[in-house]
Amino acid sequence: MREIHVDRIAEAVRDACLEANYVAGADVRRAFTVAREREVSPLGQQVLEQILENMAIAEADRVPMCQDTGTVVVFAEVGQDVHLVGGGFEEAINRGVHEAYHVGYLRKSMVERPFTARRNTRDNTPAIIHTRLVPGDRVRLAILAKGGGAENMSRLAMLTPAHGREGIVRFVLETVQLAGPNACPPVVVGVGIGATFDRVATLAKQALLREIGSENPDPEEAELEAELLAAINRLGIGPHGFGGRITALAVHVASAPCHIASLPVAVNLQCGPAARHREVEI
Amino acid sequence: MEPKRITAPLDADTATRLRAGDAVLINGTLLTARDAAHKRLTEALASGEALPVDLRDQIVYYVGPTPARPGAIIGSAGPTTSGRMDPYTPALLAAGLRGMIGKGHRSPVVRDAIVRHGAVYFAAVGGAGALLARRITAAEVVAYPDLGPEAIHRLTVVDFPAIVVNDAHGGDLYADAAGRYGE
Repeated sequence: MREIHVDRIAEAVRDACLEANYVAGADVRRAFTVAREREVSPLGQQVLEQILENMAIAEADRVPMCQDTGTVVVFAEVGQDVHLVGGGFEEAINRGVHEAYHVGYLRKSMVERPFTARRNTRDNTPAIIHTRLVPGDRVRLAILAKGGGAENMSRLAMLTPAHGREGIVRFVLETVQLAGPNACPPVVVGVGIGATFDRVATLAKQALLREIGSENPDPEEAELEAELLAAINRLGIGPHGFGGRITALAVHVASAPCHIASLPVAVNLQCGPAARHREVEI
Repeated sequence: MEPKRITAPLDADTATRLRAGDAVLINGTLLTARDAAHKRLTEALASGEALPVDLRDQIVYYVGPTPARPGAIIGSAGPTTSGRMDPYTPALLAAGLRGMIGKGHRSPVVRDAIVRHGAVYFAAVGGAGALLARRITAAEVVAYPDLGPEAIHRLTVVDFPAIVVNDAHGGDLYADAAGRYGE
């Protein structure tokens, strides 16, 4: 049994929220650099140029890359040989969020009583927390600051087996098309396939955490990703919807077994300019 | 493509000369307003009350910035999604509003109102909030201070970059984009 004080969880979450908001990930930066070289539309090139410049300014000024500093989503893998001490695990995560959004001058964007008063919780809590118990004595946290604009354009469909792969392709393309400029393209597209109504959305969100440009080890998923990316980039939406060839930076597919009657599919859109996540192991 | 320098507030002549797809650099002053301020402004107009700010020839920027660091003018200040303001926009255009800066699609009703009033809808780049903040040289609250970050601010801007999406002649950059680059 390994003891871990929950203060370390809070610190890790705080630091990840701050860094993710100020400093673009190396993969995101690389993807935008490549996109700028490939984009043919002059307005699209201007947008990509501004986004790259924005990354440099945000890092230098310690100002968030985007004013929407997001909902904090945490995927936690807790080793079953870990004994967490010093307080509650979820409480510690929320303490980390609270600290980051105060000391870091990040925008507090969470409201309670969502269908009535919509009162701001004033510290950007609560975080959305997904926890899995795994073998080992480590805690791994993946922390995502998810913006509202692209989240609003995400969709889920309970397709049936007859829709098949073709139905999935159609649904993904339709989702990106409907989102158009609203999701702040170029986007990263997380696609969940299978499982159940609740789990498929989580698969799609988790797929966003994969490094842009990384290879999917499942050959069938990898093939679907390549086909979807090419088809999305033929839509012509382009950077920020001003027209162009780069509408998505990457498509990440994650699938899981499902019921014989079902073919759930979820598309979680992530704005490329603020694709913000960090991974830590304690 | 050289951007056109324009001045805000925006006069009718300049507005009608702009075309969808034009890149502009805005100099002068903008008003900020998002969901809550829009609701109040339209309620005031509906009940015949005087508005706390004169909207004539103004450009409104849909923005909810991050808190400013001590000594800074403003935090990260990129555009928010414009569609949420659609239900309120025709009334503000009728009251003299000349331009809007945001991101994303406008409704057909808003696009018609833009043409009818000789107005213009610009997009700024979402996800460029740190860059746009550097183009804002002053910020002051001018109405609804109780709304906090959603209060109406007057921003002074220097070479603030934006793109014309919907022009006064019915031009629509988003609608043209797929036709031009789609395969």
